[in-house]
Amino acid sequence: MRKMSFTFDKKAYAKGFRDGIPIGLGYFAVAFSLGIAARNAGGEPFPGFMASLLTIASAGEYAAFTTIGELGTYIEMALVIFVANCRYLLMSCAMSQRTAPETGFFSRLAMGSFITDEIFAVSIAEPGYMKPEYTYGAASSAVLPWALGTMLGIMVGNIMPVVVVGALSVSLYGMFIAIIVPPAKKDRVVAVLIAVSFAVSFASDYIPVVNRLSGSLKIIVFTVLIAAVAAVLFPVKEEAQASECGAAEGASSGEDKE
Amino acid sequence: MRGNIWIYIAVMALVSFAIRTLPMTLIRKPINNRFIRSFLYYVPYVTLSLMTFPAIIEATGSPISGAAALAVGVVLACLGAKLLPVAVASTLVALVLELILGAAK
Repeated sequence: MRKMSFTFDKKAYAKGFRDGIPIGLGYFAVAFSLGIAARNAGGEPFPGFMASLLTIASAGEYAAFTTIGELGTYIEMALVIFVANCRYLLMSCAMSQRTAPETGFFSRLAMGSFITDEIFAVSIAEPGYMKPEYTYGAASSAVLPWALGTMLGIMVGNIMPVVVVGALSVSLYGMFIAIIVPPAKKDRVVAVLIAVSFAVSFASDYIPVVNRLSGSLKIIVFTVLIAAVAAVLFPVKEEAQASECGAAEGASSGEDKE
Repeated sequence: MRGNIWIYIAVMALVSFAIRTLPMTLIRKPINNRFIRSFLYYVPYVTLSLMTFPAIIEATGSPISGAAALAVGVVLACLGAKLLPVAVASTLVALVLELILGAAK
């Protein structure tokens, strides 16, 4: 059990900040190409900066800028963002189970508001209950490059070599790899799930009907399907859930099995 | 009629804020249902895997550099390398290969 604490955990913040740096670098590159897309939709630098700062979503923003370019309605915009970002709903559920019960409303609000694929990934990879300060740290070094990258992409368009933009966007996937591989070494079910997910994700481009779904919708559909099948076939062990206070710790983190 | 850009941005921000914060603030207790617990345990791995592949081999100009970055990342992570080294190494591999492949054309 963790002790109650209202002090600011500087160590966790520093670690989060450090882990957020590669995220920020990758974000900058991806946001830059997003900015180019926004520019093509008639976007301007300052609104682009604000949109990225407040939305922090690659696929979502890309879809949103397209909607703006096509003069879509506000309701369309809400739907587009909802569908493109629906996976954050799942991530937020998963995070709620890794949040210490005594965590206050505003901490939860702040932690949740920073959920992106990458910030979620590094936050959930920390063993035990998540420390809000860790998530704030990661957001501190990652979110600003995201917003600045979008703005610069809109401003200076395509002077950055395509090769560099492509390679930088690989850093985001490198990070995902660093997060999913270690638990897979300890838990064979996770290893199998990774292989299955890779295969399904690859095949989904070739399955009729499915290949017409948007990228983010595909991710939601297959995440729910694969994780549900795995939960039925390989339910996580009960003893990890037995203790009342540490309940959220054991079952939802591969790190704890050390 | 052209919409107001700031209303668009407000809609983007509010909808994504609500999606991100509602479960975090509403689900305050550990979920005891074994299926849901198992499901939520597997969600991060499945969703990150789906996002990584084949996207990583499509991110660069040539699938070869993306595949090499993937292989290097997996091997290093298996050997126990941390987040930053894995991310940097796979990026460098992709960049170097892209430059070589680009020069070979």
